[in-house]
Order: sequence, then C-alpha cells, then structure tokens
Amino acid sequence: MTEKMTRQSFLLRNPSILVVLALLAVFTVAVTLLSQAYGSGAIPTSMVKVLGKTLCLALAAVAMDLVWGYLGILSLGQMAFFALGGYLIGQWLMYARTEGIVAASLAQNPIPPTPAELQEGVANQIFGVVGSSDLPLAWSFAHSLPLQLLLVLAVPGLLALVFGWLAFRSRVNGVYLSILTQAMTLALALWLFQNDSGFRGNNGLSGLQNIPGLDAVDQATLSVWFLWASAAALALAYVLAAWLVSGKFGSVVRAIRDDETRVRFLGYPVEGFKLVVFTLAAMITAIAGALYYPQAGIINPAELMPIASIYLAVWVAIGGRGRLYGAIIGAVVVSLLSSWFTGGRAPAIHLPGYVVNWVDWWQVALGLGFVLVTLFAPKGIAGLFDRLGGILPPQRHGRDLGPDGGALQEQEAKA
Amino acid sequence: MIRPMIALVLTLLLALPASANPALEAVIADNLDQIEKPSRRTVEPLVAQIAATGPEGLALLSAWANRSLGVTDDGRLLIVDGGTATDAATGQPVPGADPRMLRPNSGVRGVIESALVAGEIASPDPARRAAALASIARDGTAEHLAALRAAPAEADPALARQRERVTNLLAIRFDADPAARVAAIEGMAGDVGLDFRAALNPLLATSRVAAPGEPADANIARELTVGDTEFPREAAIALLTSQGVLPPRLTPADQRNALAANILDGSVGGVPVAELSDPAARDRAYEALEAAGAVPPAATEAEVEAAIDAHRFFEIYAEPNSDVTDAARAAQTGAQVRLAAMTGIDLGLDALSLASIYFLAAIGLAVTFGVMRVINMAHGEFIMMGAYTSYVVQTLIANRTLSLVVALPLAFAVTFGAGVILYRLVIRHLANRPLETLLATFGVSIALQQLAKNIFGTQARPLTAPAWLEGAITINDVISISSIRVAIFVLALLFLGLFLFIMKRTRLGLEVRAVTQNPGMAASMGINPDRIAMMTFGLGSGIAGIAGVAIGLFAQVTSELGQQYIVQSFMTVVVGGVGTIWGTLAGAGLIGGLSKVIEALNPANTLAAQTFMILFIIIFIQFRPRGIIPQRGRAAEA
Repeated sequence: MTEKMTRQSFLLRNPSILVVLALLAVFTVAVTLLSQAYGSGAIPTSMVKVLGKTLCLALAAVAMDLVWGYLGILSLGQMAFFALGGYLIGQWLMYARTEGIVAASLAQNPIPPTPAELQEGVANQIFGVVGSSDLPLAWSFAHSLPLQLLLVLAVPGLLALVFGWLAFRSRVNGVYLSILTQAMTLALALWLFQNDSGFRGNNGLSGLQNIPGLDAVDQATLSVWFLWASAAALALAYVLAAWLVSGKFGSVVRAIRDDETRVRFLGYPVEGFKLVVFTLAAMITAIAGALYYPQAGIINPAELMPIASIYLAVWVAIGGRGRLYGAIIGAVVVSLLSSWFTGGRAPAIHLPGYVVNWVDWWQVALGLGFVLVTLFAPKGIAGLFDRLGGILPPQRHGRDLGPDGGALQEQEAKA
Repeated sequence: MIRPMIALVLTLLLALPASANPALEAVIADNLDQIEKPSRRTVEPLVAQIAATGPEGLALLSAWANRSLGVTDDGRLLIVDGGTATDAATGQPVPGADPRMLRPNSGVRGVIESALVAGEIASPDPARRAAALASIARDGTAEHLAALRAAPAEADPALARQRERVTNLLAIRFDADPAARVAAIEGMAGDVGLDFRAALNPLLATSRVAAPGEPADANIARELTVGDTEFPREAAIALLTSQGVLPPRLTPADQRNALAANILDGSVGGVPVAELSDPAARDRAYEALEAAGAVPPAATEAEVEAAIDAHRFFEIYAEPNSDVTDAARAAQTGAQVRLAAMTGIDLGLDALSLASIYFLAAIGLAVTFGVMRVINMAHGEFIMMGAYTSYVVQTLIANRTLSLVVALPLAFAVTFGAGVILYRLVIRHLANRPLETLLATFGVSIALQQLAKNIFGTQARPLTAPAWLEGAITINDVISISSIRVAIFVLALLFLGLFLFIMKRTRLGLEVRAVTQNPGMAASMGINPDRIAMMTFGLGSGIAGIAGVAIGLFAQVTSELGQQYIVQSFMTVVVGGVGTIWGTLAGAGLIGGLSKVIEALNPANTLAAQTFMILFIIIFIQFRPRGIIPQRGRAAEA
C-alpha cells in the first residue's frame, strides 16, 4: 500500500517519464514498421542506423545531464567513457569475428590448429596493420563476450572512480575540473593513437557492424535489433536517472550543484555523492558507446578527442540542463540537424553575390546559435516546456546592488 | 672515393685562363712513354715533376687520374672534357682530335691523387686549402693521410686546427702503426664531433663467437654469460646453431609442416590427425616419426644444454690490436659522457624555447582567468587569428622583415579588438557563470574556426620568416637551436618584462591586481571592474595574437592552429596557478621542460610523451590544487 503510493507519487512527480517512455515506444514501433526488415521499407537501413545511433547519443546526453545539469560538474571528458565502451565491445566483436575467419582458413590445412596457433593467427590478422603479431595484454578477455561486457561497465566505471576520487578529494572544481576532464580524455586519446598501445593506433577497430555468430542475419534486421536495444537502454536509463534525481539523493545532488560548501558544512559527504553520480554516469555513457559503435561499424581514437565531449555538452546545453528530457531533445535535435546540414542535402541559400553553402556554414551557425542560446535561453529548449507547463522561476527583478555574485538583489535589500 | 677530389680540382682549375706552359711541355716530351704506360712504383717522381710545373700540370694530373687524358698519334696530351679537347701543355683547343684515352690503374691514380692533394694543401690560396681539407674530411683515404703529413706547415690558425683534426681522424682509420693510432685517438679525446665518433665505431665493432676455450689470437672484448639480459639463452642457442654446433631447432611451423607431410591413413606416427590440435599430441607424433627416421632429428633440450655447457661465449673486436681498442673504448666513453652533458644542454635549450611558446600562448589566458574566473575557449582561435593576420600582411608586403614588423602590432590590434568585442557581446553578460562562459566561448571558437576555413581554405598557409631568422645557431654537432626559436624566446622575455611593467608600474596594472584580489572592494574604491575586465580581456587576446605570429613562423598556419596549443595553454595555467605572471612562467617552464624530458627519454614516441605529461599534471593537481604559485587574497577562497 505504502509502496504503491510512493510509486504513484514518483510517477506523478515526474510526468516526463511517462511522456518520454510513450514517445520512445511510439518512435520505436514506427521505425520498425517503416524499416526494410520488418515493415514497408520506407526508411532505409542506413537511416535506421542513424536513428539508433542518435538514441545512443541521447543516452550519453542523459548521463551528461546527470553530471552537469544536476551535479554541476561540466565534464568535458564524457566521450572518453563512451568510446571506451565502444572499444571494449569492439574488442570482442573484432576478436570473435577474426577468430571465426582464421579458424575457417586454418581448417583448410591438413593438420588441425592448436589453440596457440589459432590465437597467433588472430593476433596477426588484427595487429598486422600496426606491425605486431602478439596479442596485447589488454585483449586477454577478448575471446569471451560475458567478460568483455563486464569490462564495458567495469573499466569506465573504475576510470571514473579513480579520476573522480583524485579530483574531488583535492577539491578541484569549476573550470579547473572541466579542464582536467578534458586533459583526461586527451591523454586517453593520445595513448590510443599509439600503435603499440594495443588498440591498433589510429586505425582503430573496424568491421564492428558484423556480429559474430549472427552471420545469417542481414544488416537490415540487425539495425532494427540495435534500435530496439538502444531504445530499451535509453528508457531504462531515463527511469533510473529520473528516480535518482527525484528523491532525497537528488535533492542533495542538486544542493551540491548550487552550493557545495554549504552542503559540506551541513555534514553531507559531498565527495561520496559526487563519486556515485560521476561513476554511474560514466557507466551509462559506456553502455551508450557499446551500443553505438556496433551500429557505426568503426571506432578510432579521434572519437575521444576533447571536441566530441564538448559537443555533448553543447547538445545538453541547447536541450536544457537540469531537465533529463532536455538532454534527449538536445542530443536528438542537434545531432540530426548537424548530420542533415553537413550531409550536403540542405538547400543552399542564394544571397546576392554569395551562395551560403551549408556544408561550410553550418558550423558557424551552430557556434553562434550556441552563443545565443547560452545568452538568451540558458534553460535551452526544455525551458520552453517549463513555460508551457507553467513552471516559472521566481521573478527577481531589479539589479544587483554590488558587483559581486553574492551581493543582495534590489528587492531583497528592501525587504 | 677519389672522384670528388678530382672534381674539385677540375672545377678550380678550369676557371683559370688557358696559357702555354713550356716547362710542362718539356716534361711531357721527356716522359711520354711513362705517361702512357705508368707503373705504380716508378711514377712518383714524374708526378711530382708535373705538379711542380704549375696549374697546367695540376690540371693534367687531375685529368689523368680522372681518365679524361688522351694522347694523340703525334705525341701531344689532350684533356678531354665532354666533346671538346684541349692541349694539356699549351691550353689551345684542338678541334676534331681523336686521342687514345689513357687508363691508369688504381695504384697510379692513388699516387696522382695524393700529389694533387699535396698540391692543393700547399696552395697559396686559403680558400682552396680549406676546400681541399673539407673534401678530404668527407672522403679520406690512406693516400690523403700521407699527403697531409707531408704537406708544409699551415699558416692560417683555423685551418691548421682543422688540418690537424682531419689528419688525426685519418690516422685513426688508416695509420699502419698502432702506436700512432692510439696517439691520434688520445689526441682527440674529449671531442664530441660526429666524425670522431664515426671513426671510433668501426674500431669497436664486435662479433659474437662461441668456442670451447678462450680464442688465442683474437682481441676479446669480453666474455658473455648465458642468461644475461643482453645475452639470453635463445641468443646462445641461435649462435651455436649458426656455427653449426647444434642442428636447427624445430619451430612449431616446421613441426606442423613435417607432420602434414607424413599423414598416412588419417594419422601421423600413429596419432589421429583430429587429435593434433593438442601440442602434446604433436610432439608425440613427431617423436614417433623421428624414431621411424621419417623426419630429421631436432635438437633435444638435453643436447642444447650440453652444447651450451661445453662452450664459452665471447665478444670479439674486428680490430686485432688491443691497445687501439682500449684507447678507442676509453675515448668513446669520454665522448659519451660529454655527449650526454651536451645533449642535456641542447634539451634545456629546446625546453626553454617550448616554454616560451607556452608562456606566450598561456599568459593571456592566465590573466583573464585571474581577473574574471573565466576560461576563454576561443583563446586558441585568437592565436590562429594572429597567425592569419600575419599571413595576410605577408601577401601584401613583399619585404619579409617589414611585413613581420607590421604584422606584430597589427596582429595585436586585430585580436585585441576581437577580444574586446567578444567581451562586450558575450562574456560580460555571463558574469559569474564561468561554466556557461566556457561553453559560449567554445561556440565562438567553432564558429571562428569554420569561418577561417571558409575564408582561407583548408590547406596550410606558409608563413616565411625573414632571411635573418632562418637557419640555426650551431654551437657543435649536438647543440644547435634554430634562430626562430631564439627570437621567440626573446619575444617571450620582452612580453614578460612588458607584463611585469604594466602590472607593477601602471595605474591599469594596479587596478587589475585590485580586481583580481577582490572585485567588490575594488569597485568600492572607484575602480570600474567592467572596464578593467574588458581591458584585461583585450590585452590577453592581443598577446594571443602575437603568439600566433610567432607560432606561425615555425608551424603551418591552418584553421586548427589554435587547437594544438590550447590544451597545453590550459595545462600551463592550471599548473602554474592563475592570476600571477610568475605562476604562468613557472607553469610554462614546467610543462615545456617536462614534455621535452619525457620526449628525450622516449624519443620514438611523442604521443606517449604527451600522455605521460597529462597524467603527471592530473597527479600534480592532487598535491598543489591551486598551482605552483597559488593566488593570495580573498579571490583564492572563491
């Protein structure tokens, strides 16, 4: 009875959950019915993949919103976790598939291969491109899907835990922390770029769209399956995140965002809260990456460069921080618009004397648009929904009395 | 080996006007037989005689050695150069001649060569003596050594030193007397020149041998112990195998091929083929085949062990004389120590120049961060803007020096303006929201980058430095630094001085420091924080523009130029501590020095160097979260 009441109140307090889940379900069913594999074929397979990938990006954006919108840490390294997830699942995809191919070719020999020979053949196949033929230590578990799936969660989680522990305990915050997270992803990217780090240098991992053991299933069907998986992951993560930020835990997290020192003085273990959210977000992001890259087919270290993480922050900011659905809106709208404008299909604008080609000018428009959103609509697109829903911030008209941030406002001063 | 010398002499001689030389004519007439059929043993006086007749004689000699000397039926010697022939004695062209070409053997050519060298070395013209020495230093032979030793004393002190050095180098390589070689090596001890080290290396070349006992007549460098890191067991086995002591070891591939060749009714040596995926089963099958005599026996572990026990392993010098190798080794050790010291100095110079670049790139960032607590993500694009300004100026002004002189203040003005506009339009509206500022300036950054791409294209635009900045200041083979980097260092020093002056001695600096420490109190004192912030932002951006000009001089100007430096600049600010010039200087020094040191430890891999450096910074922040020189005052607690 009590449990039912809290559950009801949880959903009542978060009406966005039902809306998001319903929209997600409608979207998934619609795409499935229009796909080549299960329906009319109105949406080509490549488009299904784009939509599936967009859902994964939205998932990463939800995690980013947890960290930034709720916890107040502008992490410019989220895509490191995303790409790590991709790399870790890619290891299994590539290893298992290569193993199948090598085993088939070795079976032509009169003598059946030993396990060592099989592994050597696989290593040669995978690492020949970087001039190596040994299987690096990091690939020790690549033969096993369950272990590698575990690593998808464990490695980014552990990285976030260690990095977060180091950063939070030394009270690095604000802009400093942003720069540090950026440094982290840059360090990881540079490390992966090396040929001898064991991840094929700038070749990255490729052929990930072929799922070992599912050779009989064509890409059209696989793409829909991945779309389902991405939608399910997004739905689960959304509910989890909404539940996390709605309760008492969420209140503390938001309080940390607003005034960390005060929360610490109230006796809350600020570092612990930060670590939990940061690590959880990293793991969610890694799952998003693990679902994204099999649809993309290829991953290389360029995906970890700081710019990718900054774009993620841009999506969340445009969608609206501190609103989980804002993150989804931002990621979906901006990433789809970006691929439309940079894909060369957007019609050019013919000005007198100059043709505005969107391939060249989209980036400029995005950058300036982003500045405008930051200046004039700090709540992003989700701010519009707030306005529709009548959720308005208290109006604090009047100017600052002093130049300092903590200075009294005009009206407060009168009271 | 002789050719470059002859080519040199030829070019020098052909420049001389042709004239008749009666003395040479007489020598030729007397010795025509010997010139046609020279012998190594008797030709020397003749060559000396010819050389003594003057430049024409030398020209004849070099043509002779070069096999471009011919003799006509009426006994005249002609120098044939391509299609034209000239009389060697009179210098007159002889059209339509069909001389018989002389082909002296290599011994005779060696004699001629040393005579030529002797002639050149003794030449009254210092330029020709220097050229001859340089030519010998490139391609020395034993004959050159003799010629150098026989040459008259050198008057020019610099040339004398160089000649002694070349003589010593040749002595190390070619002298027949070991004592003289040792003396030459010891005479050059402490030298770090590449040529000296190159001369020592062949003396110290070793080869490995395995023998039952100590080889009697060999110059042993040392005895090797099996199992050392530099001489693992595999190396010993490979050595024994290569000497034929052990039969070749059985590699897994050989084993597999041997097994595959002996499949009989679905089994090998009694082991079913299907079971052969197990290495142990393969061994059993191979042993069975061995027993049946179907495959050659492979060395067993016991045989290998016995062979290793029965042998001692030595490294032997190719050079038989142990005095020479001892001296060479001592000299090499000395050279290495000095080399290490000089590499260290060179590294320090490199680090200094890198640090100056980081300083220039980061100082603007640090000052704006100190005053406003905002990170300007578009700072890198201001660097790029400065570089492109310089590029545009260069396309308008042809004189490189003048264009650089114009570009520096112009780049400052352009980026100062851009910074002020950015501040007025964006940053002041986001006061006290540093994270939003960071993202908004990032928006500006991607817009500016794409704008640069649209205007200037994606290909790199070269920025040419004036001639006086090209080249490098070379102290020796190891220590050298390009002039541009020196100039950047000077520029950085200049701006350090300028900044210190502005901050400590001007009204603006006073106000900037006040706002940095406590904006509220500064405002109460009548300082306008908004104006100060704008000025600082403009100043910081302007210096980024200057940095862009400097960076553009040695890197390619592309729209991504700023991106390559921005992260390092952030690191510099974070490590150094914000808001203080000395902090930025310390940060730039630490980051520049560290990245060079890590690069030097791991030269093949600059990527790894950067990775380690970033890791170091993340850990460094643990111990000094506020940077090397933390900010004092109220602002520090913010």
